[in-house]
Amino acid sequence: MESCNCIEPQWPADELLMKYQYISDFFIALAYFSIPLELIYFVKKSAVFPYRWVLVQFGAFIVLCGATHLISLWTFSVHSKTVEAVMTTAKVLTAAVSCATALMLVHIIPDLLSVKNRERFLKNKAAELDREMGLIRTQEETGRHVRMLTHEIRSTLDRHTILKTTLVELGRTLALEECALWMPTRTGIELQLSYTLRQQNPVGYTVPIHHPVINQVFSGNRAVKISPNCPVARLRPLSGKYMQGEVVAVRVPLLHLNNFQINDWPELSTKSYALMVLMLPSDSARRWHVHELELVEVVADQVAVALSHAAILEESMRARDLLMEQNVALDLARREAETAIRARNDFLAVMNHEMRTPMHAIIALSSLLQETELTPEQRLMVETILKSSNLLATLINDVLDLSRLEDGSLQLDIETFNVHATFTEVLNLIKPIASVKKLLITLNLAPELPEFAVGDEKRLMQTILNVVGNAVKFSKEGSISITAFVAKGETLRDPQAPDFFPVSSNNHFYLRVQVKDSGAGISPQDIPKLFTKFTQTQSTATRNSGGSGLGLAICKRFVNLMEGHIWIESEGLGKGCTAIFIVKLAFPERSNESRLPFIPKGHVNQGLTSFPGLKVLVMDDNGVSRMVTKGLLVHLGCDVTPVSSSDECLHVVSQDHKVVFMDVCVPSMDGYELAVRIHEKFTKRHERPLIVALTGNTDKLTKEACMRVGMDGVILKPVSVDKMRSVLTDLLEHRVLFEAI
Amino acid sequence: MNAVAQLQRQFVDYFNSLYREGVVDDQFAELQKLQDESTPDFVAEVVTLFFEDCEKLINNMAKALDQQVVDYKQVDSHVHQLKGSSSSVGAMRVKNLCIAFRTHCEAQNRDGCVRCLQQVNNEYLFLKNKLQTLFRLQQQILAAGGSIPTIA
Repeated sequence: MESCNCIEPQWPADELLMKYQYISDFFIALAYFSIPLELIYFVKKSAVFPYRWVLVQFGAFIVLCGATHLISLWTFSVHSKTVEAVMTTAKVLTAAVSCATALMLVHIIPDLLSVKNRERFLKNKAAELDREMGLIRTQEETGRHVRMLTHEIRSTLDRHTILKTTLVELGRTLALEECALWMPTRTGIELQLSYTLRQQNPVGYTVPIHHPVINQVFSGNRAVKISPNCPVARLRPLSGKYMQGEVVAVRVPLLHLNNFQINDWPELSTKSYALMVLMLPSDSARRWHVHELELVEVVADQVAVALSHAAILEESMRARDLLMEQNVALDLARREAETAIRARNDFLAVMNHEMRTPMHAIIALSSLLQETELTPEQRLMVETILKSSNLLATLINDVLDLSRLEDGSLQLDIETFNVHATFTEVLNLIKPIASVKKLLITLNLAPELPEFAVGDEKRLMQTILNVVGNAVKFSKEGSISITAFVAKGETLRDPQAPDFFPVSSNNHFYLRVQVKDSGAGISPQDIPKLFTKFTQTQSTATRNSGGSGLGLAICKRFVNLMEGHIWIESEGLGKGCTAIFIVKLAFPERSNESRLPFIPKGHVNQGLTSFPGLKVLVMDDNGVSRMVTKGLLVHLGCDVTPVSSSDECLHVVSQDHKVVFMDVCVPSMDGYELAVRIHEKFTKRHERPLIVALTGNTDKLTKEACMRVGMDGVILKPVSVDKMRSVLTDLLEHRVLFEAI
Repeated sequence: MNAVAQLQRQFVDYFNSLYREGVVDDQFAELQKLQDESTPDFVAEVVTLFFEDCEKLINNMAKALDQQVVDYKQVDSHVHQLKGSSSSVGAMRVKNLCIAFRTHCEAQNRDGCVRCLQQVNNEYLFLKNKLQTLFRLQQQILAAGGSIPTIA
């Protein structure tokens, strides 16, 4: 065996060094082998490791290095060629792998470094998000506080509670040292300390409102940091602490009811603000954060709203109380007025009776006295007494009437009366006096004036009498003409009174009465006074005529009640005058007039002589009696349709037929059946023709049968013209007639 | 007295005699009242119609009574019709006969019915005769230029 070229180990000389090398190599090998093991172990443990291939390479490299070192252990002593060969192989491999690894690392290390970068980047991001989260959380908490505050503030409508609660809640939420509210005084030039958080009874501090700081706060709706030395911020006695906490002030708008517009929130139009001052705790290093300021601003707004609600409530309560008071007062007034009216009416009623009785006695006895034997002086005296008492009686009547007219309690007595007769009566009453004065009275009634009318006859007569009486009274000589006609169109209006505008209608007409006299006349300026109570014209001619001056006033009232108009025309003194009045009267009519076109209006009392155009139906199967009945009805003016059977009758009958005459003498029940059918055909009562049975016998059974089927009448045959006429009259008036024999 | 007045007198007398004898009753007078300018021939029309009706009914009744089995209901209805017609016109005697006739019908007495029918027929012819005379008188009055007097 050839020996290798390495240095022969000489145990005794370099034995120690040899030994150390031997041991080091051994340990190196050990380490080299264990490193990959560790690597593998830990990589396996870790979830992700992107560089397995590198690891394998590295592992190989280390293992081979270890192998090299391990094999070199054998080279310390004499070793064979095999060992040499193995050693060489190992070294060659190691070299190859390590070179490869070195090359690989060039690519990998930058990557690894960048991973580090990314990690740093992510960490930064995470920190940022944390920060933001913190911010959001704070905001949310602020919001929660605001909501809670708002809820607290708005849960009451009492002003004081609202403000107190605000301060308390704000103090709690923001952990304030002090919170105060300054309200403007009535005068508006000072702010008064109204509410504080800590102090129970704030001293009535006032601060003038026109402080620059205050103005600054009031000019915007933001919460503004103010100096602790500001007068509004000097809320607590200085407790000697090092540093006072920051102070913030915000304005609270005090809204009035009329500040609320529908669409826009009241802005700078509100003039009055309160000032809310918030102070942070003194010796903490706290500062006002933005979100806290925002909270304060929001709360200030909410308080404003809550206060305005409270103000509205107060206002409405006050208004309600006011109204209730007014109601009570009005009620009382009404009751008093009613009592007064009742008292007045009672008084009038009593006085009416009380006054009239003695008057009556005086008048009656004076008249009687007149009839006895009297000396001329006595007679004169009695006449004067009579005249005076008559006058007084008239006066009493007039006054009583007038007072009733005044308060509207007078009602017209409406009834049908004879118009012509009324005028004639007036004429008769006035004729004696007129003839004494040698005055000629003419009455002229227009031909188209209805004979009968519906109205208040008594009062109409009173009016006419009064007017005519006046005419007679104020005329010394000449003539008086009374004209009455129906006013239409031009004659319906008074040229001097444009607001009297009557409207004609079918049921009413306007009666116009003109009384023209040739007497003293009236000067134009006196005319308006005529109708006023108690006034008299001052002309000497009339002063002696007496009279209370009430007459025309009462006439005017009556005429107005009758929806009319009264006026006087005169051309002047000495030219006579014409009194004209128009009243509304109704035409007299019967109740079912509208249904019966054949009754002429206004002829109520003349009876119905014929029924022109009345459509009737005659049903009779006997030709002769049918013809006779038809002739009878035609004679009375009806429009007759004869039919010979009930089928034909049903076929022909219509709404136009007012009466159906049917013969029920037939042994069969035809007629009764027909009546039932007619009832079925016309369900409405006013559409149905009246059904009358013509029968030869009026025993009870027939009558009952007729009534049962709903007939309106029964007539016994034979029928005379007069009987038919009266039957039709009764029937059409009453719509039922049960039995005409 | 002039011709018209005489005729009128005759007319009135004749009418009254009819009335007195019970040939006609108030109803006939009523019929007269219904005649006016608008219906100048009213009475004549009615009476003519009555006679036609009468004849028809009498014939029907005769035929019905000739049957082997008499349908009394039928006869009765005819009699009823006749009664109605005659009372409408005012033919009193005919009407009374009808009333009697009806009792026979109800009794289903053929002989009685036949007898009544005969009587009715006679009465009808008698009435026809009388009324024709009356109408002739009326025509004469009208022809003479007079007017028919109204019978109160």
